[in-house]
Amino acid sequence: MDSLILLFAAMLRISTPILFASLGETLVERAGVLNLGIEGTLLLSAFSGFVAAQFTGSLWLGLVAAVLTGIALSLLMGLLTVTFGLSQHVCGLGITLLASGVALFAFRLIYGGASTPPALETSFVTLDILPGTAFAPLFSQHWLTYISLLCVPLVHWLLYRTAFGLRLRAVGEQPEAADTAGINVYKMRYLALILGGAFMGLAGAFLSLAQLGAFSHGIINGRGWVAIAIVIFGNWLPYRVLAGALLFGGVQALQLRLQAEGVPLPYELLLALPYILTIVAIAFVGRNASYPAALLKPYRRE
Amino acid sequence: MLKLRIERGSAPVWFRAIIPVIAVLITFILVSALVIVAGASPLSAFFELLINPLTKTTARADILMMATPILLTGIAVTVAFAAGYYNIGAEGQLYAGGIAAAWVGTQLQTESSVLMIPLMLIAGFIAGMLWALLPAILKVRLQVDEVVTTLLLNSVMLFLVSALLNGPWRDPVSGWPQSPTILAAAQFPVLIPRSRVHLGAIVAVIVALVIWWVMSRTRFGIEVRAVGKNRDAARFLGIPVGNRILMAALISGGIAGLAGVSEVGGIHYYMTSTLSSNFGYIGVIVATLGALTVPGAILSALFLALVNRGAISASRELDVPVYLGDVIQAALLLVGLATLLLNRYRIRRIR
Amino acid sequence: MPVLEMRGITKRFGALVANDQITFDIEAGEVHALLGENGAGKSTLMKILYGLYQPDEGEIHVQGQRVSLKSPADAIAQGIGFVSQHFALIPTFTVTENVILGHEKQPILQHAAMRRQVVETAEKLRFNIDPDAIVGHLSVGQQQRVEILKALYRGCRVLILDEPTAVLTPQDTEKLFSILVELQRQGLSVVIITHKLNEVFTISQRVTVLRLGKVVGREQTANTSQTELSQMMVGRQTIPVTRNTDHHSQNEIKLNVQNLTMADRSGAPRLRGLSLNVRAQEIVGVAGVAGNGQSELVSILTGMAQPQSGSAQVSGNVMPFGNPGALSQLKVARIPEDRLKGVIGDLSVADNLMLEQVGQFTRAGHLNRKQIREYAERLIRDFHIKAAPDDPARTLSGGNIQKIILARSLAQNPEVVIAAQPTRGLDIGATEYVHQKLLEQKQRGAAVLLISEDLDEILVLSDRVLVIFEGMIVGEFAANDADIDVLGALMTGASSEKVKTHA
Repeated sequence: MDSLILLFAAMLRISTPILFASLGETLVERAGVLNLGIEGTLLLSAFSGFVAAQFTGSLWLGLVAAVLTGIALSLLMGLLTVTFGLSQHVCGLGITLLASGVALFAFRLIYGGASTPPALETSFVTLDILPGTAFAPLFSQHWLTYISLLCVPLVHWLLYRTAFGLRLRAVGEQPEAADTAGINVYKMRYLALILGGAFMGLAGAFLSLAQLGAFSHGIINGRGWVAIAIVIFGNWLPYRVLAGALLFGGVQALQLRLQAEGVPLPYELLLALPYILTIVAIAFVGRNASYPAALLKPYRRE
Repeated sequence: MLKLRIERGSAPVWFRAIIPVIAVLITFILVSALVIVAGASPLSAFFELLINPLTKTTARADILMMATPILLTGIAVTVAFAAGYYNIGAEGQLYAGGIAAAWVGTQLQTESSVLMIPLMLIAGFIAGMLWALLPAILKVRLQVDEVVTTLLLNSVMLFLVSALLNGPWRDPVSGWPQSPTILAAAQFPVLIPRSRVHLGAIVAVIVALVIWWVMSRTRFGIEVRAVGKNRDAARFLGIPVGNRILMAALISGGIAGLAGVSEVGGIHYYMTSTLSSNFGYIGVIVATLGALTVPGAILSALFLALVNRGAISASRELDVPVYLGDVIQAALLLVGLATLLLNRYRIRRIR
Repeated sequence: MPVLEMRGITKRFGALVANDQITFDIEAGEVHALLGENGAGKSTLMKILYGLYQPDEGEIHVQGQRVSLKSPADAIAQGIGFVSQHFALIPTFTVTENVILGHEKQPILQHAAMRRQVVETAEKLRFNIDPDAIVGHLSVGQQQRVEILKALYRGCRVLILDEPTAVLTPQDTEKLFSILVELQRQGLSVVIITHKLNEVFTISQRVTVLRLGKVVGREQTANTSQTELSQMMVGRQTIPVTRNTDHHSQNEIKLNVQNLTMADRSGAPRLRGLSLNVRAQEIVGVAGVAGNGQSELVSILTGMAQPQSGSAQVSGNVMPFGNPGALSQLKVARIPEDRLKGVIGDLSVADNLMLEQVGQFTRAGHLNRKQIREYAERLIRDFHIKAAPDDPARTLSGGNIQKIILARSLAQNPEVVIAAQPTRGLDIGATEYVHQKLLEQKQRGAAVLLISEDLDEILVLSDRVLVIFEGMIVGEFAANDADIDVLGALMTGASSEKVKTHA
């Protein structure tokens, strides 16, 4: 029982950055932009948050820096793909490479060739909601974890219950129709990118300011690509995206536990499972109704 | 008064010729900011980056060595993109080729390099093709977007490699997560004494030449390009569109696999999970900057290798972090793409 | 005072003048029909009114005030609603979501209130609609009603409908007209763009006729006749016909098409059992207003689409459908409707000239560049193509691109020529050239099927004229006997009895 609760606790913790990133990517893709820059955006956000926190001594300023970094890179993505109408996958990939390069460049500049990753003196604390009960470990999480969970209904509400969400989905489905309805397609796509970038910033910040309290080159380790997979797996629906993120987190937590207990198992194959599931899901579902129909297509009038 | 107006239309030829120069200039101006932050003068940094490596024999050899894998992945991406198939999976296909090469190189009991090396290349090519097969079939049969499937298979491949290297292939001697060393016969000969330029460079050049010939001089090549440029018209002309996309995707995967063979056989001599430094993704840069032509890919692979080698010089001489090379490569891609838009405009004088 | 007025509107697209000094006005509570052939400039004019295009000259006045309509949002604000032929609906959204999109009124959606409003508006117009239905699941007629609801929800006083019945079943058309009458009763104005004469008489009070971008007539509908309108619309000019008077009826049938049926993706029938044949040494012209099945017929006969049923033979051999490669084996020359889908702009002129017959220039997979170049030089010379073999095809003018397509297909001495809109958008010189080449093919003995929206072209070239309407051949004439008024009437769907009384 206890070990099960610990497993679930680890699942929630591991899921948090993936959930933030996937929610951000969901918003962006719902507006018709596939942001393959996510992997690099996560890395540079994690780094800038960490540096800002270390130099100012304020975790909060670190958080702000991470979010601003996510937004800035998303604006660059917007400039290239929304305004210039360049190919989304090539530009996304370029942004990932650029942001990673800048992060590693700055890391070397500030910390030299340090082999051990630097750590913050303090990192974001955990919040105990049910102390003293059997479930205490499960609800002893970073406050950002609770926020990430609250963001799921929030994003759902935003997409389905507000005029903003209606317009955002419209430009991702049929930008011509949205334009005819008097909606500024470019503006909506930029707004989606900004919001998505902020979520990606939070994901990066969680890793360097809360979960690890440190930065290393491999801190993201493919989590951006995981998010891309989860968004498809989750059919671009916030609650299904949550399920996907928890599945990923759960598999990871299980894998760590099995490894720690020395169970001989090719745990990498377990880790690859969600990717394979996603590919199978895409193959079966194809371009079904939930696929934002305008994804990857730049919008041009006439 | 002289009035100028920017309008849509093809840019004049002389302007199109200098667009790459403009892209390089803009990139370096942008990157100067980082150089200054690093406390170096941009001019001396650019000297180290672009000029200095060309003046030394060892550095020139390094450029060839560094250009080898990205020329192969660049050619791989060129073939796929030319068919309108956006293969982002060269990274995974490269590792597939590496696994095959390490397997042949450790298992085949022979002392003949003449037998061993061709078999490694063939095995690597086939492995890369196999890893490219699933997304290609999904694309042609079910119209499943290849960008995401090829991308995700890169991650799957990394786990697979890690599982292999931590499991059955863990080097029994060192205990490191790397395969046993390949046999001597499997190790690519060095081409230039006291350098790390290996047979892979020749393989890359031959592949580039063959692909250049195939794409420009054969029926298959022109049909692939027709499909990539205008799928509807290609179908109208009776070209089997699906088959050509499938073939281009598989050839692309195979060539990316060769890049893995070259790195295992020519550099590392064993399989490792750090076989590639983003070579598959850099292939996208090489192909895009090369305007999806083989000569363009050769030039951009050499240029990126020069920048990477230059970054090492710059970090040694000026203490600018070596990652400057990565930044320049990515910035070149984005700036290059954006400046290509200038092709579509011309400036006209109005009276 | 008219509700809305357009004065001196001119719109150019490059060299083409789509609207030339057009004046147009709409009174309160009227249904005003805008009549004209395809390409007459009707849709362009209405897109200007809806802010989708900007006029090069001219003014727009709403309620006497001059307005500038820079975008659909401006037009909506002026009370103008537009139902395009291609619905601007989002298929994955519900009816309610589609209706309110862009005009949500509050930042947080009040679903219940919105739903009620949608139902109430529909009820006012006497129809029912499920506000929660997913639009993609609705029939075309229902989707059109959603478009009308959208316009009304945005407070439109003038509703523009672009060829609203083109995609409707007769029942849906009736329903639509009853809605329009209801709108009119509530004081709204309606502009209906159409090329169907019977609709003009059924629904409108006034009619404006456009031809080649100009207003050629404006009448009270009650004071005009079908004949008068179809003459205005098609234009009346005498055409010098110099045609040999050979009798073709004995010649061998080279192209035989039987009972083709085809439906579009929404299931609406586009071809309804179409049959035709073309004999050796004969040009058969298919006349009709755009959208009556010509495109579908062309894509089937050029190998790009498969019919639901029917068959075709070329010189007695079965024509395989959906296999463009097999058609050149059967010696079918194809001139596609959209010439940009016939050439690959980024490849060279030489490559485009040889690609259809690439097998002839290949040995063991290797292209014989010398042979290709010689072949290209020969065709460039023979067909007067103004280009070098190595020029990218996209740098050529429309006329020269069309010459590439002609050269490529006609150089093979075809048995059958399928020519779809062969001179669309070409200048006079190039047009004459294409005509001459088609006549040459006929003299050679080929069977030529000419599908064109340009009636003059059909009359000049054809030995026999077929009229296509709503996916069927509704009339056949020997070209010498063809009366342009009767043709015009058949093309616009007037029944043959009416035609006879007028003729």
